[in-house]
Amino acid sequence: MSHDLLVRLILLLPLAGAVLLGVLPLFMPALRRREGLIGTIGTSVVVIPFAIATYLFVSYGGDPVTVSYFTWMEAAELSVDFAYRIDELSLIMTLIVTGVGGVIHLYSAGYMHGDPGFWRFFAYLNLFIFAMLNLVLANNLVVLFLGWEGVGLCSYLLIGFWYTDLKNSAAANKAFIVNRIGDFAFLMAMFLIFSELGSLSFDVLLTDAASVLSAETIDYIVLLLFIGATGKSAQIPLFVWLPDAMAGPTPVSALIHAATMVTSGLYLLARMSPIVLETEVVMMIIAVVGALTAIMAATIAITQNDIKKVLAYSTVSQLGYMFMAAGVGAFFVAIFHVLTHAFFKACLFLGSGSVIHSMEHVEHDLEHEGEDVSDFDPQDMRTMGNLQEYMPSTGWTYFIATLAISGIPLLAGFFSKDEILFKAFEYGYDGNTYAMFVWVVGVITAALTAFYMTRSYYLTFMGEERWPLADKIHPHESSWKMTVPLWILAGGSLVTGFLGLPAVIKDGKWNWIHHYLGANYGGPVAEASVSAHVPGSLEWGLIGLSSAIAVGVFFFARSMYLSQGIAFDVSLKERLGGLYELWEHKYRWDDFYDNVVVEALINQISRDGLAPFDSKIVDGAVNGLAGATQESSSLLRRIQTGVVQNYALALVFGVVLVIGLMIFGG
Amino acid sequence: MEIPFLTSIVIFLPALGALVVALQNNVSSIRWTALGTTLVTFVLSLGLWWGYDPAASAAAPQMVDLSSSWFPDSLDIKYFVGIDGLNIFLILLTTLLGPIVVASSWTYIEKQHRGYYALFLLLQTGITGVFASFDLILFYIFFELTLIPMYFIIGIWGGEDRIYAAIKFVLYTLVGSLLMLVAILFLGYEAGNAVNQGVFTTDWFKLLDYTIPVATQSWLFILFALSFAIKVPLFPLHTWLPDAHVQAPTGGSVILAGVLLKMGTYGLVRFCLPLFPNAAQDWALLFAVLSVIGIIYGALVARVQPDAKKLVAYSSVSHLGFVVLGIFAFTDIAMQGAVIQMVNHGISTGALFLIVGMLYERRHTRLMEDYGGLATSVPVLTSFMIFSVLASAGLPGLNGFVGEFMILLGTFKSEVIASPLIVGLATTGVILAAVYLLYMVYSTFFGELTNDANATMPDMNARELALMLPLAILMFVMGFFPTPFLKQMEPSTTFIMETIQERRADALELQRMQEGMEEGRAVRVTPAPPESGSTSEATPPTTLPE
Repeated sequence: MSHDLLVRLILLLPLAGAVLLGVLPLFMPALRRREGLIGTIGTSVVVIPFAIATYLFVSYGGDPVTVSYFTWMEAAELSVDFAYRIDELSLIMTLIVTGVGGVIHLYSAGYMHGDPGFWRFFAYLNLFIFAMLNLVLANNLVVLFLGWEGVGLCSYLLIGFWYTDLKNSAAANKAFIVNRIGDFAFLMAMFLIFSELGSLSFDVLLTDAASVLSAETIDYIVLLLFIGATGKSAQIPLFVWLPDAMAGPTPVSALIHAATMVTSGLYLLARMSPIVLETEVVMMIIAVVGALTAIMAATIAITQNDIKKVLAYSTVSQLGYMFMAAGVGAFFVAIFHVLTHAFFKACLFLGSGSVIHSMEHVEHDLEHEGEDVSDFDPQDMRTMGNLQEYMPSTGWTYFIATLAISGIPLLAGFFSKDEILFKAFEYGYDGNTYAMFVWVVGVITAALTAFYMTRSYYLTFMGEERWPLADKIHPHESSWKMTVPLWILAGGSLVTGFLGLPAVIKDGKWNWIHHYLGANYGGPVAEASVSAHVPGSLEWGLIGLSSAIAVGVFFFARSMYLSQGIAFDVSLKERLGGLYELWEHKYRWDDFYDNVVVEALINQISRDGLAPFDSKIVDGAVNGLAGATQESSSLLRRIQTGVVQNYALALVFGVVLVIGLMIFGG
Repeated sequence: MEIPFLTSIVIFLPALGALVVALQNNVSSIRWTALGTTLVTFVLSLGLWWGYDPAASAAAPQMVDLSSSWFPDSLDIKYFVGIDGLNIFLILLTTLLGPIVVASSWTYIEKQHRGYYALFLLLQTGITGVFASFDLILFYIFFELTLIPMYFIIGIWGGEDRIYAAIKFVLYTLVGSLLMLVAILFLGYEAGNAVNQGVFTTDWFKLLDYTIPVATQSWLFILFALSFAIKVPLFPLHTWLPDAHVQAPTGGSVILAGVLLKMGTYGLVRFCLPLFPNAAQDWALLFAVLSVIGIIYGALVARVQPDAKKLVAYSSVSHLGFVVLGIFAFTDIAMQGAVIQMVNHGISTGALFLIVGMLYERRHTRLMEDYGGLATSVPVLTSFMIFSVLASAGLPGLNGFVGEFMILLGTFKSEVIASPLIVGLATTGVILAAVYLLYMVYSTFFGELTNDANATMPDMNARELALMLPLAILMFVMGFFPTPFLKQMEPSTTFIMETIQERRADALELQRMQEGMEEGRAVRVTPAPPESGSTSEATPPTTLPE
């Protein structure tokens, strides 16, 4: 079948789902309760594109295929088409989006069961898939931007999904606005590219740009694109929206705020890799910002008690790893980590959703028993414990994903993270001091990651039951609609790492993802070249080091939290003192934004400054002028009768007089 | 089938309807007459879209109605109306908003129906006439004609401070337009002497034949631009707008934001730029700076308004800043962006005012703190609100994005405003739009329902749906398929841009010659560059086939 039709189907099915599920039930409330129908439609419009994408993947011949449907905007030298591009990079991303997306849709049918907004939820999710596919399949920056802002919109709608709680809506607004700050930079990058190149199409951009553009222009372009990416992919200083975004239903956190949308910044950099590679200085900024974000978020994650907040900061941290990879010119490794992360982080989020679901049942049961549940938080790990016994599927899959993200050898996260660290080391070995710095930070962060994830697993699934009436009230495993997706994702967390075996094995010939994406092998993703190669023995040593760190920290944290439970947090806090407090308060970023930026802009400048200025000074001047005219002229005073009709008469009279003068006087 | 005098019919049919309305007493038949008239006018105006062929001729308007017999021969003032790529959309927007406004007033207006609908129809004639005129005096007459009905609509059917707002609106605009009248008269005589055998002329094409000396351009431009800047309104001349909007009935606000403000931006494109190109370019930076101030200032002030309608009013100040910026960028892309953004702003801001009006009609308050949680009680209305807000905030895929993107992209390339800083500051408006618009949605529609009156509020009825749907569909269509619209306008915007170039060069040439003569040197007359498609070619015949 033709690509033209297939890409059309991939894009239009989710859109059709969104329109159908969004519009019909809005006007026909009776349809809103048809969960089976809604869930089936909503899930199939993602699963069918996944099947099509699989076919495209299998039949892909090695040469990029572009399809163009119609002209979006055309004026003078500007011409933007709805054009899409199928190549290795977009295929991998499409498979992740529709594959993980399809699984999460299935999960949502179970998770959102009984919610009055079930229909809206699936409409938004479908719309998200449509936007995300535009983002990864676009063949020009403007269509990519359509997807970019579209996923931001869906994120906004889904974070604020339970809108009756204003806190959720506030988090949604925050996400949208912070993302828009990034989008501002993205727009500026497009303006700059267009004014220099006269085109925004990847056909031109990826072939000519690096040779045509001046070095300075490339610096600006890449810097602006990177700022755009810090918004969407939650890096310093724009990461603050992502932890708050956990206000949305958990499948949303898994799909949008872990597996797909937040990785679009990486996708953007990988797509633009031929240009990004041209600017050493901005790449350094990217790598350092990624490293700082990674370690910052990891330290915060240690102090969080909300199971989803741990995962949220963990996501920020893992995204930091991906930026480290991009910053040392290993874009294909960044995409590799996007892929493995999509599996284990989605698995963790969905697992946490399963936990939250059953803790909500506990809350419900407690209420039934006449307990006061006003302080009960179904997301707080301090009220959980020993859930492995009641929820074996959730527990096992969460455990597998925990091992994967911690970098335990042979699981997915081990390979991708290790490759990132190796690339940083290799770049550093080649003489880049900043890359060495990035490597050191990355290794420390790896230890922190193993620590906080192990903590999260043992606090939640092992130890004592810590909710009230624990002997009487028991949590239950979730339905198959939720556990089957968990096992699928856990399976991915086990095996996807083998797609990118380290270079030391078989000289890198078994690194499939490198061979598939890499420009050296005809793929679309460029990579930095290094002159000084790390000897094989040293590479084995590095692998040994990361393995030892991951395993060591895992067993340390395991024994501490198994033996002491939450008490270990207290002793940790005592030992670390002010540092721990800084982590607990998230380095006070939110305080800074709320009390300085928002306060200054909204309250001091706008409310106390501009608004009174507008009514008193700008308008006052006008009124004053009018008043002065009135005072000074007795003639005017007589005319100013205040009767509406007189003014109108005067007006008409004036017009007639003028015309009359012209006709007869001229 | 070609309808004769179609342009004039579209202009004057509403006025005829006003006459019929004025002769009736029955409220129901008044409403239906008004609705019928505006609907028929809209359908007929589609014929203008149909009949206008952008490929036919770039310069000359089509479907022209021309008559000079209304004025004595000693003055070359004509009834000269026609359609080109510049005004076609604004006219269609006017005729589309006509029935929508009538339908929105159906139950909103509770007194003196006859006067309201008659004035409203008269207003539509005035606005359509403004856009269709190719004679400055005719333009001026229509321009003033819009003042009177709007004045009464605010002053009689408005809110608590309606008299103050109405008088402010009229005096403010009148000051500007009287200054413009002085400029028109002067220009008419000068052009008459120069190119029309001494006969006073305000024919647009004859004026374009007259190379205005650079020094003269300056003050003529100021007088014209001041009048239009008040109308837009450009910072710091905007303070009449929030008052007028807040006090006006919903229908008045929709027309005001939708098309009345566009008379200002349209005037800049049609008259200020091509007639006074040198002055316009000299002053461009000032206008760009004021636009950018307006974009940011309007947004920040909008954010802290407790009154939803005032918030939307200030959003107009911000959004129209983009349009003015695009106009003064002097690039084809920005110019087309500005023209399509005029239409886009009319659609999405019109929709916002309609929804705020629906809320007001239900609860008789515009304060956002009186609402909250409406998404639960009125989901359909909420959906339309969020949709319109997103369009207004420039989300790609909806209409607002296309205009803003083209304006900013084109301005970035501008050689007249060669300043990435200005574009950068303007682009922050994209962030700020999300800040104030989402705040409105947040505080009005989300949260818990705490007030019984809000909880029992009825959702949109069939009439309200019918008037919102066309706008929502247009937001989507113009967001995804703007190309047909852009193609339709392109020859005319290109003509404007070329005219600006040529006339600018001519005026500079004239200046050089005069300077040469003053200094008593031998003047070496360089022939006009032949490549720029000499003036006679670009200028259409002034006698047009009937």
